[in-house]
Amino acid sequence: MKPAPFAYLRARSLAEAFDALDRHGEEARLLAGGQSLIPALNLRLATPAVLVDINGLAGLAGIALQGGVVRIGALTRHAALEASEIVARHLPLLAEAVPQIAHPAIRSRGTLGGSIALADPAAELPACALALDATIVAMGRAGERRIAARDFFRGLYQTDLQPGELVAAVEFPVQPPERRGCVLELARRQGDYAIVGLAAAATVQGDGALRDPRLVFFGVGPTPVRAAAAEAALAGAGGVAAAQAALERDLDPPADLHGPPQFRRHLARVLLGRAAARLLG
Amino acid sequence: MTGSPLSEIDRPNSYIGRSVPRPNARRLVAGRGAYVDDLRLPRMAHVAFLRSPHAHARILAIHAEEARRAPGVIRVVTGRELAAHCTPWVGVLHHLKGLKSAPQHAMAVDRACWQGEPVCAVVARSRAEAEDAAALIRVDWEELPAVTDMETALDPATPVIHPDLGDNLAFRREHVGGDPDAAFADPEAVVVEATFHTGRHTGVCLEGRSILADWNPAEERLTVYQSTQAPHMMQTVFARHLGLREGQVRVVCKDVGGSYGIKVHVYPDEVATAALSKMLGRPVKFVADRIEGMVSDIHARDHRLRARAAVRRDGTLLAMEVDDLTGIGPYSVYPRTSAVEGNQVVNLCGGPYVLKGYRAKTTVVFQNKTPTCQYRAVGHPIATAVTEGLVDLAAEAIGMDPAEIRRRNLIPDDAYPCTSLSGMRFEALSHHKCLARLLEMMDYERLRAEQAELRKHGIHRGIGLACFIELTNPSPFMYGIGGARISAMDGATVRLDPDGSLAVASGVTEQGQGTEAILAQIAATAVGVPVERVRVVTGDTEVTPYGGGTWASRGAGIGGEAMLQAGLALKEGILAVAGAMLQARPETLDIRGGVVVDRASGAERLPLEELGRVVYFRGDTLPRDLPRELVATRHWTPKEYPFCFTNGAQASYLEVDVETGFVRLLGHWCVEDCGTVINPMLVEEQIRGGVVQGIGGALFEHCVYSPEGQLLSGSLADYLVPMSGEMPDIHVGHVETPTRESALGAKGAGEAGTAGAPAAVQNAINDALRPFGARVLAQPFTPARILAALGRI
Ligand SMILES: Cc1cc2nc3c(=O)[nH]c(=O)nc-3n(C[C@H](O)[C@H](O)[C@H](O)COP(=O)(O)OP(=O)(O)OC[C@H]3O[C@@H](n4cnc5c(N)ncnc54)[C@H](O)[C@@H]3O)c2cc1C
Repeated sequence: MKPAPFAYLRARSLAEAFDALDRHGEEARLLAGGQSLIPALNLRLATPAVLVDINGLAGLAGIALQGGVVRIGALTRHAALEASEIVARHLPLLAEAVPQIAHPAIRSRGTLGGSIALADPAAELPACALALDATIVAMGRAGERRIAARDFFRGLYQTDLQPGELVAAVEFPVQPPERRGCVLELARRQGDYAIVGLAAAATVQGDGALRDPRLVFFGVGPTPVRAAAAEAALAGAGGVAAAQAALERDLDPPADLHGPPQFRRHLARVLLGRAAARLLG
Repeated sequence: MTGSPLSEIDRPNSYIGRSVPRPNARRLVAGRGAYVDDLRLPRMAHVAFLRSPHAHARILAIHAEEARRAPGVIRVVTGRELAAHCTPWVGVLHHLKGLKSAPQHAMAVDRACWQGEPVCAVVARSRAEAEDAAALIRVDWEELPAVTDMETALDPATPVIHPDLGDNLAFRREHVGGDPDAAFADPEAVVVEATFHTGRHTGVCLEGRSILADWNPAEERLTVYQSTQAPHMMQTVFARHLGLREGQVRVVCKDVGGSYGIKVHVYPDEVATAALSKMLGRPVKFVADRIEGMVSDIHARDHRLRARAAVRRDGTLLAMEVDDLTGIGPYSVYPRTSAVEGNQVVNLCGGPYVLKGYRAKTTVVFQNKTPTCQYRAVGHPIATAVTEGLVDLAAEAIGMDPAEIRRRNLIPDDAYPCTSLSGMRFEALSHHKCLARLLEMMDYERLRAEQAELRKHGIHRGIGLACFIELTNPSPFMYGIGGARISAMDGATVRLDPDGSLAVASGVTEQGQGTEAILAQIAATAVGVPVERVRVVTGDTEVTPYGGGTWASRGAGIGGEAMLQAGLALKEGILAVAGAMLQARPETLDIRGGVVVDRASGAERLPLEELGRVVYFRGDTLPRDLPRELVATRHWTPKEYPFCFTNGAQASYLEVDVETGFVRLLGHWCVEDCGTVINPMLVEEQIRGGVVQGIGGALFEHCVYSPEGQLLSGSLADYLVPMSGEMPDIHVGHVETPTRESALGAKGAGEAGTAGAPAAVQNAINDALRPFGARVLAQPFTPARILAALGRI
């Protein structure tokens, strides 16, 4: 299949990108790694009139440790996250997630900003952003706007991004050593979007308790889903079993070709059990 | 072949049995392949098809005015308009008694019968413009009820898809061999029964279907560049339906990027493309994209089978009974028909075993889904899954080891020739040798011990065995007898050029599997030249001998034997000339390494390039009446047996995560007997690729339809092809029982991997699940199905 006709603009500056977004409004689409957008164009699921290529905006890429946060530019490729020592040291949860995204060829082009802006409900990075209490840095002509990850993902492929804005960076608070995390997912084939995934984090001290747990499931709803009831149960006396039972309240997964809703619920419970074992192990 | 005396093909400079690399590999890897999409002709136009979005709907009106005015558009043609230029076809074969189908047009005329059926063609300067314009066409549809469930297709309440046919039954056949009723009534019989499903799936070729048709009005000739397995068959088809003589049509296959049976059928959009070229008097190209390929490439293996077997407590299998139901879409595919798969199930179930009774029935029904037809190992994976599933159930019922029950019941290796209860004649098979070799290669006893040990730790592994037969090298009894112009014979031509090199041509075709490599090996061996000096041409009806092409693993067995005989004939011609030049009797000479030598001593006498120089440029120096034919053509077709049969055994070792239902494949083994192994590397590649496709069907691939007949798994995001990451190491072993029908002895190796793999995986999963009393018999064995069997969801 061939995409519908479109105009192509390679932005040389942020201002040029904002101009194009202003001028073409709904008709314009930013092009980052293209790993989601180009297939959508070829399938004619998306038919924008103008593609605004932001790959030339070097300022949007890069990983920097600034005080207590790791700021990662939107154009940072998945492969760069994978190779980053800063990420490995300070955001081990993110480091564990990235190799589970797609395949090497896709990771070498796909970007953090693209993944966050697309907000695919089965994607790893939006779930990681939630689990790590990240802040999305949106930028528009008027300047930067910071949005907590929990407020950013609004619905199926819906975010808090406003017309004329782009994702400039994501800021992840540096994780202290006692804050452990893991990303577990179940996919039929290596590199497929997860049927069910879980980005889990908790503070673990000597006593074997999981404090302040974050349980963010992906692939189970319109957005990454923070399992609040299960988190409370996990931190409480009931432990893992109670948390697994509580998922019944947290999750309302869809049926799809992989199986019925109870299939995903079941897998979510299994992943929760495994994640808890990992965090405590 | 150890122990047997050296034959002509085992001479010192033989290439038979050697892993010679493909001659075309470097070219393809260097990006110098010439697939249809690479070809560009002057004034070439592109066609895109508007396809039915409905499974079943009447076409009330097509509004194409806007599309006709769109940029770049050359012509918009509806099905009704095209029908004036292209006759419909009916996919039946006379020997499949009672098989019926309805006339099928290249594009729907009044009514679309499956989601994806082409309805309207847009020819434009570029494919993109053609797609843009196609998006502007509006069709007024009247939706009709869709027949989607094959179980109810014959119910009186179900609408009949083609009222002229009377009902939705395409074909039914029942076969009884021996005395099944007596066997099931045996007082010692333990009867096991189960229902199996093989999921509808398709063969995903790297290169999609593609065609470039070029009607030249000045010559009144149609040249078709096509990604097909059967150029001569397609020549007939284009001629017949476009009102031409066969001689007016030339079909050329340049490189073909995989086919697996998908590209051996007649596709409406491809015939339409040829008709459009004729209508427009210019070249028209059509390349199916992945999305339209998923709804228009043939599907296969949509079967439900109720089956039972009777076994005595001592492990003697007595009988099998299989009741097969399959849905084939709205038309039987032309010209091979969609009844063959079900027919094969009847022919093949129980095939490796000695039985006293056999009853099999297939019921083939129409439905409003993509048509199904022959895909790699036609019917075999289905028959093997059922047969081997029953054997494992029988073993379980009497508490016998799965390897042991097979040993006790496989046809003895010294019982040949013999005929199965389904009427299949076997020349010589090697089930016991293959099974013994398999168990040794996998170290069966060690794996059983490991399985038992790990079970104690909550790790659930399974071992699955599958013995199988594989039908190859069909004689005219497969298609010709039913009235189809599909050649069971193939020819080969071998020519010595003045530089001492060979130019060879064959009627069988290259799809990436390495046919050209083995043809070169055979020609080099037969004549006695280095294989580098052989150039191979295949896939051009104008320059190769007539033949059937590539299907039913026939390339090596039939095309290879023709090449061997042609090479030997040429050699005789060369030695006659050499004898005259050297004043020696030809019988005292031989050709080795491209040089005429003294047969006894091996002393070099005359390089072929010198012989070539003299024959072509100084013929005046040769005796006046010396024949100097340096080209030989030979043809070959099987005559003794309707089909050749190969056999083999496979095993799968895997782990089931009983919490998630996920299966991890740990190892796969296949020991196969394809007769003479011409090129071990290529045979092993065929086996491995076939095993992967078999595993695909067992675990991943599934054409899932909504009740309304919409394909839900219509892209490669949802239709899961097997990927290397999930594949286990696949170990291949060979047993060689050459067929005595030919001098070469090759039986064919292209489909054996696919035939046995799903059964092995099925049995391994069920072996792992046995402690839980759980069982899965519906492919693909997905995590959800396994969890459901375990009662966890
Ligand atoms: C076969 C395959 C498998 C995949 N598997 C996975 C997987 O397992 N997990 C996973 O997470 N992803 C997966 N992906 C998607 C991949 O990770 C994408 O690259 C990613 O989701 C989007 O990033 P991109 O840079 O390619 O974005 P693009 O495709 O360029 O853009 C995606 C969307 O985001 C918008 N956009 C891009 N950048 C910005 C920005 N800075 N600000 C605002 N909007 C922006 C675009 O306009 C577009 O709408 C897969 C992709 C493929 C092709």
